[in-house]
Amino acid sequence: MTDYWPLLGILLVVAGFALRFNPLFVVAVAAIVTGLLGHMSFLKVLSTLGHGFNENRYVTVIWIILPVVGLLERYGLQEQARTLIGSIRGATTGRLLIVYLAVRQILSALGLTTVAGHPQTVRPLVAPMAVAAAEKQRGKLDEATSERVKAMSAATDNVGLFFGEDIFLAIASILLIQGSLASFGIQLTPFQLSVWAIPSAICAFLIHGARLVLLDRKLARAAK
Amino acid sequence: MITLHWLYILAGAVFAGFALGSARDETNAKRWGNAAFWALLAVSFWFGDLLGDIGNGILVLVLVAIAGLHLIGRGTKESTTKDARRRSAARYGNRLFVPALLIPFTAFVGTLLFNYTPLKALNLIDPKAVTLVLLGCGVLIALIVSYAWLRPPALAAVDDGSRLMNGVGWAAVLPQMLASLGVIFAAAGVGTTIGAVVSAVIPSGSIFLAVLLFAFGMVIFTMIMGNAFAAFPVMATAIGIPILIQQDGGNPAVIGAVGMLSGFCGTLMTPMAANFNIVPAALLELKDQYGVIRAQIPTAIPLLIANILILYFAAFR
Repeated sequence: MTDYWPLLGILLVVAGFALRFNPLFVVAVAAIVTGLLGHMSFLKVLSTLGHGFNENRYVTVIWIILPVVGLLERYGLQEQARTLIGSIRGATTGRLLIVYLAVRQILSALGLTTVAGHPQTVRPLVAPMAVAAAEKQRGKLDEATSERVKAMSAATDNVGLFFGEDIFLAIASILLIQGSLASFGIQLTPFQLSVWAIPSAICAFLIHGARLVLLDRKLARAAK
Repeated sequence: MITLHWLYILAGAVFAGFALGSARDETNAKRWGNAAFWALLAVSFWFGDLLGDIGNGILVLVLVAIAGLHLIGRGTKESTTKDARRRSAARYGNRLFVPALLIPFTAFVGTLLFNYTPLKALNLIDPKAVTLVLLGCGVLIALIVSYAWLRPPALAAVDDGSRLMNGVGWAAVLPQMLASLGVIFAAAGVGTTIGAVVSAVIPSGSIFLAVLLFAFGMVIFTMIMGNAFAAFPVMATAIGIPILIQQDGGNPAVIGAVGMLSGFCGTLMTPMAANFNIVPAALLELKDQYGVIRAQIPTAIPLLIANILILYFAAFR
């Protein structure tokens, strides 16, 4: 008989996020509850949590980039990003983000996933440029529009990364697929798998690209 | 050999800097809470391996308490006025992009050098740590270049770095916390339980329904766990391999690759994938912490449909 109780932890996470409690708090409570329901002692839960946290420190290393970004912002990096976009004729939010989407997909497909990202490129460069392009189209932005443009900048980075990286042979997810299938005696090369990431990558570009074109239309319409 | 530990020493120093910068910001009423939060992370980076599992567990609980009791806030201090920034931008022009681009450039050149040249054989850098070590090198190079060129006050990087870090706040450790939750989920057998649930509802006779269940299972499990990596082995073992590949004779390469990518559509729609969805909202100072997810759902759903069609038509020709 399968023990379904540990699944309660998942419900706690969903409820906690939906009710907008502090997510760190939600995750910690869910971890402790799940562990206890999974027949672990409190000390065992605490040490598993601590061990997991310590082993995953690399996830948080990315923030070492902020002193550089902050320093350059002090000297006008965002303002310069706006000036640059303002000086390019025909630059619109949608076109800018479509170019970024293509570049991000291609770089990820070449295995260069960490050359761009939210702290590296979106916050200092892409988002201010996208906002500046939108301002060029329709003057000063209201808050909702500016939020939308920034959110689309971040979304474009994610779509470009997710639907580019699997085309690269040596990415962790391809190796995971290969390993999972191999444990059932199905032998595939990374190349056979990564080829099948290409149709989805093209769909991702077309679908998200179409949304960016629509965003441009909406910005232009509102300007009139 | 350069390992992750070298990088953790650097990261500890940067977080200690964030603690210092936060403590210096007297416009933030909760500055000591912020300083304590970042100082604990510095401790974790520097001494995490010495604290023991229980010690680290207590450190986690203290971090959660600081965040959960709303003891961290953000100041209003700006190091320079908008006008000063505009003048400075006019003065330095597009050269301001150079230090910012040095970081991706270092990652780019470094990745090429360590993957495609004889340097690879020298084992200078632990292969598991290459991308992060290159990031660290890029940051150091960019900092040195910026200081030499712009000649800012000594603590400028500390103050402006913590201004941004406090903008992100507790969300900065959410991805790491979720990774720890994943460890607990695995230890408590959540994955196997979900696999058992899914196996129990497999429809028989219809390949299309099985494909649908496989893709939706990937999406939902990915949304719960925050990444497709945890979902794939479970769903592959429950449906992908026994039903779609072995029973119905589907092409394993399509089912593996596109199955994973269906999971990625789920990643676009869940707050559990905090580093992609919640952290950027904080980093871009969005009012709505789910703003990025909202912007992604209209892409994720058509893309999921596209993936299901690819799965069905390409795997079962």
